Amino acid sequence: MRLSYPSNIKIIQVPCTGRVDIIHLLKAIEDGADGVYVAGCLEGECHYLTGNLKARKRVNHVKKILMDLGIEPERVEMYNLSAGEGPRFAEIAREMYERIKGLGPSPVKMKNAA
Amino acid sequence: MIVANPKPISEILDMIKDLKKILILGCKGCVTVCNVGGAKEVGILASTLKIARIKGGNPVDITERTLERQCDPEYIAQVKDIVHDFDGVISMACGVGPQFLSEAYPKQRFFPAVDTTFFGGAVQHGIWAERCAGCGTCIIHYFDGMCPIARCSKSLMNGPCGGSAGGKCEISKDVDCIWDMIVRKKMEQGRLDDLVRFKPSKDWRTARDGGPRRSIREELVI
Repeated sequence: MRLSYPSNIKIIQVPCTGRVDIIHLLKAIEDGADGVYVAGCLEGECHYLTGNLKARKRVNHVKKILMDLGIEPERVEMYNLSAGEGPRFAEIAREMYERIKGLGPSPVKMKNAA
Repeated sequence: MIVANPKPISEILDMIKDLKKILILGCKGCVTVCNVGGAKEVGILASTLKIARIKGGNPVDITERTLERQCDPEYIAQVKDIVHDFDGVISMACGVGPQFLSEAYPKQRFFPAVDTTFFGGAVQHGIWAERCAGCGTCIIHYFDGMCPIARCSKSLMNGPCGGSAGGKCEISKDVDCIWDMIVRKKMEQGRLDDLVRFKPSKDWRTARDGGPRRSIREELVI
């Protein structure tokens, strides 16, 4: 399809989003990522039945932690799409890019750089 | 197991606000099983605290360790060489952990990261419920394995009371009336007479009312 999406998005592949844990999302923020999103399969379509549902719960938990720390919870997000939806993948990437651009750099990165 | 809940992060941040170098000590016992203070939760707390402190312009140096248990001196001794290298230590064990640590290392400061709640079990993944009150004289054999001390809101020995309706306790529709369950089980098993039989009064001297308790097993004491 040769679709383009913002080049500053780093993709980390996992066998199933059920593998993504709270600590992985937190570490990304701690290490200065401006935002993190999890792109899982459509709900009800998980090969392992509940991997994407678990991932959503963990993403929501990280949102809560960020809120407690006074950091915008919108910096982490969960999306669901099927493996056949290339255009949607690119659309989500652009959507998240725009959202983070609107929020500005992460306060963690700003302080680390200072 | 002993069940605990994570403390609010603001409370922990306030405890350690003046400290620059801290050790977070997890426990591989009960708090690992109830997903609140094991190695995984140590990592999450460390990362959360680091994010908060970097954001506040006051970064903190955190070391992570998890002990086999924090309720036995031999495991507490495993940190003897490093414990004084820190400004303070956060224990993620139940309330026993920070106390055993502070008894072993009187010069160091220890802070709890969890609110210890009750003795219970996981009724489903992520949900724990109280089952034992640790009253020191177990009587659940009278009630077919159900404890009215821990599970009746009034700890009644002769329920149900007038607040029982539709199998639920009057305090909340989410709380089962244990006396309803006890009576139903007795009826189903045709042993309702058990409940009218005289039994010795409960010995409350073994409960918390007698002050802090000790358990001495002569055959084990060296």
